[in-house]
Amino acid sequence: MASAAPAFLSAFPGLFQPERGFSFQRSTVRYGRLAPWVPVVGLEIHAQISSNSKLFSGSQVQFAAPPNSLVSFFDASLPGTLPVLNRRCVEAAVMTGLALNCSINKKSLFDRKHYFYADLPAGYQITQQRVPIAVNGSLSYSLCIDSKMSQMVTKTVRIKQIQLEQDSGKSLHDDTRSQTLVDLNRAGVGLMEVVMEPDMCCGEEAAAAVRELQLILQTLGSSQAVMAEGQLRVDANVSVHHPGEPYGVRTEVKNINSIRFLAKAIDYEIQRQIEELENGGTILNETRAFDSKLGCTVPMRDKEGKQDYRFMPEPNLPPLILYDAKSLPANMNHQQVINIDWIHERLPDLPSVKRKKLVEQYGILPEHSFTLLNEEGLAEFFESVVKQTQMKPKKVIGWILKDLLSYLKQHSLTVKESPVSSFVLADLLNLLEKKEISSTAAKQVLAELWKGEGKTPLEIVKEQKLELLQDQKELEQICQAVIDGHKNEVMAIKAGNPKVLNKLIGLVQKKTQGRSNPVLVKQLLEKKLSG
Amino acid sequence: MRALLLGAWLRAGRGLPRAPGSGRRHREHRGHSGHSEHSEHRPQAPLRQKVSVEVLQHLEHLALVDFRDAEGVERLQKAIQFADQLHEVNTDGVEPMDSVLEDRCLYLREDDVTEGNCTKELLENAREKVEEYFVAPPGNIPLPKLEEQETFLQGSQ
Repeated sequence: MASAAPAFLSAFPGLFQPERGFSFQRSTVRYGRLAPWVPVVGLEIHAQISSNSKLFSGSQVQFAAPPNSLVSFFDASLPGTLPVLNRRCVEAAVMTGLALNCSINKKSLFDRKHYFYADLPAGYQITQQRVPIAVNGSLSYSLCIDSKMSQMVTKTVRIKQIQLEQDSGKSLHDDTRSQTLVDLNRAGVGLMEVVMEPDMCCGEEAAAAVRELQLILQTLGSSQAVMAEGQLRVDANVSVHHPGEPYGVRTEVKNINSIRFLAKAIDYEIQRQIEELENGGTILNETRAFDSKLGCTVPMRDKEGKQDYRFMPEPNLPPLILYDAKSLPANMNHQQVINIDWIHERLPDLPSVKRKKLVEQYGILPEHSFTLLNEEGLAEFFESVVKQTQMKPKKVIGWILKDLLSYLKQHSLTVKESPVSSFVLADLLNLLEKKEISSTAAKQVLAELWKGEGKTPLEIVKEQKLELLQDQKELEQICQAVIDGHKNEVMAIKAGNPKVLNKLIGLVQKKTQGRSNPVLVKQLLEKKLSG
Repeated sequence: MRALLLGAWLRAGRGLPRAPGSGRRHREHRGHSGHSEHSEHRPQAPLRQKVSVEVLQHLEHLALVDFRDAEGVERLQKAIQFADQLHEVNTDGVEPMDSVLEDRCLYLREDDVTEGNCTKELLENAREKVEEYFVAPPGNIPLPKLEEQETFLQGSQ
């Protein structure tokens, strides 16, 4: 963190102390040089709707296609074209609204938001400014209190509204030839704008809230919400004020490409504003871009002065009417009717519900359920292993989260790409559970399995001679031999130094080439020495 | 319904329709005292507010129009005056209407891909293109400031 801090902050060493900053992110108040400050963070999130065609036209929605190949006459804003609303986009917005505990407006309206930019061919964007499709919801998310991830706290952020709107095209700036290249493939794709109230106080909270929203959207299927592909874009509104005083001037931070950068950008901006104000400066109500290389925010080139969007009702679209079980019209074509209750009944289990079920069903810790759901496919993998093994879920979870997950991370693999399948892992854990191998041996086998050479766990065990010695008599003989050969150690133990026993256990392990059960060995040695 | 009433009134030059229901009359608050309600020929409503230079510059910047000369600005003032007649109507307790289509059904389309793949046609209209991209100037070029403009506004100072 310190390496990313810009030069001027080194002039104030007392202010920017990474360790202090980390712990203070937990509390609402930041301690500046002169006075306490309360940072206020609000988010505007644009999620691209997962649909086959665009919001108001029948051209395809697809990432990375030849430029201007997925563009209809309407998307190019040729005169004489009209918008036709895509039913799937409305359903996606209703699902999302319901999942975020919003009131769904049975009547919502479309408006035009006017501004000039090369990637907005019409000169306006069709959005829902006056009466959006959903309002007044909430999103609950969890944070770790400490760095050990052992204590979690639940927070809530209010959702002001969710609105349907069009995406713009893409501009590629060619500074060398002083021109902009415009690709309209993205123009007209459906977006859900989720507006969050400024209930957050730091980068970490914002990051956790966005992560949870991402999981919810992916669970619903209303958006794939992959930030790297631009399917989820987040703008942060940041301001600071003294406790008890009115909110300060806010800046808008854009160009944030990942959840990690979101936290960084917000924290940088909070620090920058505190610095500026404590030095007697003022904060401009401006738009700033986050520079991920430098780790700081800079004023944006094109956004000078306050914009006046000249909102007006979209004259080509009547109000959007939604129905529920009570208000369902009797004789309307059902393809033209969207029933909120019908959608509500079919909502899948949200992440918070899934986590609760995992904890209740398998007796794992809440933190474990978070990690399981945080990795695509990991929860399913875990449940699959549990089904195929006699080992208790509480023990299985350790193998999933510590061993499997760390291998996946080391090799940058997804759960789907894992060379070890749930069947194979369950097989291995069964060997361990039946005490045919020790846990150290099991880890060795897993390392071998990771090579993905198609051998079964049992084959590897036999190959590397990792089976535990089952012959009690042979084990006893070896223990006796070790005792007989190390009279000094025996005396030390009998004199009251039990730790020396571990040395003897180690010697037995060596003699058996690691094929003895250390617990059993300890028992045998203790029995012999007490006699 | 409400729009039709107003339209009929404007054409026939009749007296002001009374808004349904009670409500505070705004007329006296708007400086129209002494203005006759039932005249056949409607005189120009008194100019509520002269359009300032700052407003004109702001409009030119937002809508990328150029009022160019005194006649253009005068036309704008007259247009605003004409529209101000709407304030004569008491609309207390009346929901605004944005379109006569408000009670029509909004058609919902199925989520099928039916358009696109007409790159060549779309680029036919483009003056400049680079490898199937449209070409535009680099970012938004800010309009010259008031002091640098050579429009009428400068002369009016």
